[in-house]
Amino acid sequence: MTMRAAIRLAAWVYAIAVYGFIFLPVVVLVLFSLQATSFPIPPFTGPSLRWYQAVLSDARLTSALVNSLLVAVVSSLASVTLGFLSAWGFARFVLPGSALLRGLITLPLTVSYLIIGMGLLVLFNWVGVPKSLLAAGIGHVVINLPLCFAIIYSQMGDHQINIERAARDLGAAEWKVLLMVTVPVMSPAIFAGFFLSMTFSWDEFVISFLLTRFETTLPVEIWNLLRSGLNPKTNAVGSLVFAVSIVLVVFFELTLLRRKPA
Amino acid sequence: MSVPLVDIRNVSHRFGQLAVLKNVSLMIEPGSYTILLGPSGSGKTTLLSILGGFVTPSEGKVFIHGQDCTAVPPAKRPTTTVFQDYALFPHMSVGGNVGFGLRMQGVDGATRAAKARDALALVGLAAAFDKKPHQLSGGQRQRVALARALVIEPAVLLLDEPLGALDLKLRRQMQDELKAIQKRVGTAFIHVTHDQEEAMALADHCVVMNDGRIEDEGPPERVYARPATRFSATFMGESTVLAGTVTEAKNGIVTASTAVGAISLPGASPAGGTVALAIRPEHLVLGEAEGDVALGMAKVGDVVFQGSFRRVLATSILDAALQFIAKAPASATVQAGDTIPVSCNAQDIILLAD
Repeated sequence: MTMRAAIRLAAWVYAIAVYGFIFLPVVVLVLFSLQATSFPIPPFTGPSLRWYQAVLSDARLTSALVNSLLVAVVSSLASVTLGFLSAWGFARFVLPGSALLRGLITLPLTVSYLIIGMGLLVLFNWVGVPKSLLAAGIGHVVINLPLCFAIIYSQMGDHQINIERAARDLGAAEWKVLLMVTVPVMSPAIFAGFFLSMTFSWDEFVISFLLTRFETTLPVEIWNLLRSGLNPKTNAVGSLVFAVSIVLVVFFELTLLRRKPA
Repeated sequence: MSVPLVDIRNVSHRFGQLAVLKNVSLMIEPGSYTILLGPSGSGKTTLLSILGGFVTPSEGKVFIHGQDCTAVPPAKRPTTTVFQDYALFPHMSVGGNVGFGLRMQGVDGATRAAKARDALALVGLAAAFDKKPHQLSGGQRQRVALARALVIEPAVLLLDEPLGALDLKLRRQMQDELKAIQKRVGTAFIHVTHDQEEAMALADHCVVMNDGRIEDEGPPERVYARPATRFSATFMGESTVLAGTVTEAKNGIVTASTAVGAISLPGASPAGGTVALAIRPEHLVLGEAEGDVALGMAKVGDVVFQGSFRRVLATSILDAALQFIAKAPASATVQAGDTIPVSCNAQDIILLAD
């Protein structure tokens, strides 16, 4: 009996340690964003919203926030569209070297963002694309397209083939089959791909840092802020980034993991 | 002679090295109910896919209304298919599903809804218009698929094992309804199945397929009573099959020597050739009340009570490889282990070239 109790206790301690390890930094970050005084170090003097006010009245930070949202939405739309079309192509047509091409399309998932960012920097320099939000957006498509492809391809089973056939049989042109049947049937995977891309684009730093200059995204702007030392304003903006990520992840989970209708 | 509705000419098809259809030719008359009957791998589903336009045959041509449709895509040909898994659009209402084909033709919303309601009423599902497919039972989904395919008034309706996923009772019930609906709309139905009872109950024209070829085709009564081949005799209903060699053939009487002795029957077959003699279970006579052809003694192996009759399996004493399949009345007293005489009438024997 005492043995079992000890095991239970150990399990609890282990669980608390794991979750503490994961979440304590975030809790500390959020807590000190509510600090009333000028240094994000104990003792806690809040709660106060003065640093959030400071963030929202800082034109550089708010424009960076808008830029980040713009890049996230546009690059995710591009990733999910391209990912869907390639998944559909691979699932529905016999292509020469299909397995090899599928491998190549998912390969960027294994390459570090630093390498991808450097590669794009060199390439853009060569073809004359200036450092900009567009360049960063293209970089985000490069990292998110393989992800969208993998999610959508995994959900595109044979049972949808007859549904597409039925639509064709009833007189639908190919683009109508895609828009009226395949996309709606695949919508959970498509939304999941979209929200996961949004999440990754939203707090991506390395590629944005390398590929933007005057207008930049929020993580890069936060990094600029950090160079002038710790201050509760960085905590406040970090908490905002975290909150948006949470919302995106919740959307992702709801769309991908919700029960499919029978 | 008028142009047949569907004319399949010398169609062959291969999947890689595997030949699934071997020089198949078939004509379908307007308003007929055709059944393609065969075991799995016989090529019947491939033939249906070729008719629907989902597969382009390696060789041969398909004409519909006299027009070459061999390579016409499904969207452009006057056929619709009821898929085995129904393939309803899960994100649309039942009404949306049934109206889909009309929507693709550019029919306006009000007309579409009215026609979809009529089609649903035809299949007895008028109340399901606003439901989603996942709210319906298997049998109801089947009807929706049927309504969806019929509403655009195809020249030919193709059904791919439409009753395969239903339980036996529902299958028999849907079978009767399918026939009634076909008579009412007058559209030619082509229906693939491996269930010979379904084939006999539904078909005006029954096509028995095996190994990529048409073994036999005709009205089901004829195919059952006088099958053209040994395969057709054993697949469309059961038969006891006796192997024999023709010893004499003259004046329309063939005499063959078999394991149970010489048997004479009406027919024609060259002397010296091998033949198969098939006898339907209901034509075998067990016990002393003899038919005019004696088939020797047999030891009863198994008696299965089937309600209206008893199915009797017996092994010939003269040849252990010969298995009799007979239908005895429910009141018969025959039991497993009995040794009884077996006989039949000469005109009931089906003569098959072997």
